[in-house]
Amino acid sequence: MRAKIEVNGIRKGFASNGGELLVVEDVSLTVGDGEFVAIVGPSGCGKTTLMNMVAGFVQPDAGTILIDGAPRSGPNAKGILISQQGSIFPWLTVQQNLMFGLNDHPQADKKGVADHYAAMVGLMGFEGSYPHELSGGMLKRAELARAFAVKPEILYMDEPFSALDALTNLRMRNELLRILEEERHTVMLITHDVEEAIHLADRIMVLSPRPTRIQAIFKVDLPHPRKLTSPEVQELRVAILHELGVDRNAD
Amino acid sequence: MAVIAVLLVAWWLIVVETRSVIFPTPWQVVTGAAELIKDGTLFTHIGASLMRVGIGFSLAVLFAVPLGLWLGWVKGAYSTLNPLFQILRPISPIAWIPIAILWFGVGNASPIYLIFISSVFPMIVQTTAGVHTIERRYLRAAENFGVSRYTLFRRVVIPAVLPQIIVGMRIGLGVAWLVVVAAEMIALRSGLGYLIIDSRNAGNRYDLVIAGMIIIGLIGLLLDGVMRLLEGLKSVRWRYAR
Repeated sequence: MRAKIEVNGIRKGFASNGGELLVVEDVSLTVGDGEFVAIVGPSGCGKTTLMNMVAGFVQPDAGTILIDGAPRSGPNAKGILISQQGSIFPWLTVQQNLMFGLNDHPQADKKGVADHYAAMVGLMGFEGSYPHELSGGMLKRAELARAFAVKPEILYMDEPFSALDALTNLRMRNELLRILEEERHTVMLITHDVEEAIHLADRIMVLSPRPTRIQAIFKVDLPHPRKLTSPEVQELRVAILHELGVDRNAD
Repeated sequence: MAVIAVLLVAWWLIVVETRSVIFPTPWQVVTGAAELIKDGTLFTHIGASLMRVGIGFSLAVLFAVPLGLWLGWVKGAYSTLNPLFQILRPISPIAWIPIAILWFGVGNASPIYLIFISSVFPMIVQTTAGVHTIERRYLRAAENFGVSRYTLFRRVVIPAVLPQIIVGMRIGLGVAWLVVVAAEMIALRSGLGYLIIDSRNAGNRYDLVIAGMIIIGLIGLLLDGVMRLLEGLKSVRWRYAR
């Protein structure tokens, strides 16, 4: 598998009270083309900082990030970030949001593309609605559709579903897997939900507490659709939780 | 409504009890207003005041919104010009009257200038604050999708700030209406402010003074109502509906 994302020895600290707080320490990782990699770690360990660096919003202090072998400069539409809070524009309708990134298309085309992706995520009939008229799950669908509409090669997902209720969360995961079947993207997912990681990812990287580095890597060699109650999944879950330092009886 | 009724009754009783010759009863105010409506002067005065507010306020919007956006967006512009605005802002528009007369004479231009100067600052401040409070996640999303500067402003910055601009316009229009009446009390021959001063000077017609005051209040309420309609626009409701 060709490497899509190559991270070599990146490091990032922030100034704090005169000293320096080292958040990310010497992280190297590779994500293959079309691969789904999940990164799990304790909260506050620097997952988001790591993601922001890979997505191009934050410059690392040291180390290199290569996308398709070329050094990453700033953020661009080749890789779209989907964050926990979401960034659907509340002043635009669903359709206007989905058309937002379609710069080079003629107007009629934009509507067609937007409607296609609205239908794909099940938002047909809501094109004219404003975000505050939608539920949290529908907002996430809109956010996914807006990202897919610009045909990004990479999705950076930073705890995308963690603000949703458990049922909607599960539904969105299945939805994501269904869409990824149709349009094969490279995905980098950050989560603190081990089950979510096992459900979705091809590989799972476990981060250490701050300053963070990669502590362990697990391969999820299970075909989709995955049965979350299967013994293999449970075994993997226990192993990852152990790596995170969580007692197997606690979670 | 009940409060207003109680106040009217109390006003009436007090005037009757004290046998005031100069302070009118509510009914005298009503007949006074009817007189003004009949001879048509009331609408001339209202029209004159609204015209001055309309021009001064529109000029202020055209000036304040682009300037506020620029100040909010360009850090250097903000740190250079903001101190100046913070000094100019607390100066009462009434204090500008002598200078307005010096520069613009006693015609329409003076009150229009005063309205401009009084409503422009709240709108600049609100617009700038609006730009400063745009949430980073929206700017990041725009950056992520790699849109042009034009799209960034048209689709993200301006709509994000619009609710704040409307708040600024509400404040600005309220101040403008306050100021036009004060400005018209000086050396003008029309407008509601002139009506009030002229009624007093021409034979202590306090019924007309109070009629004028009440009309000013009602029109002020109406103007605010019009501004509130803007808050109902679907594209700005996200900010107010909480």
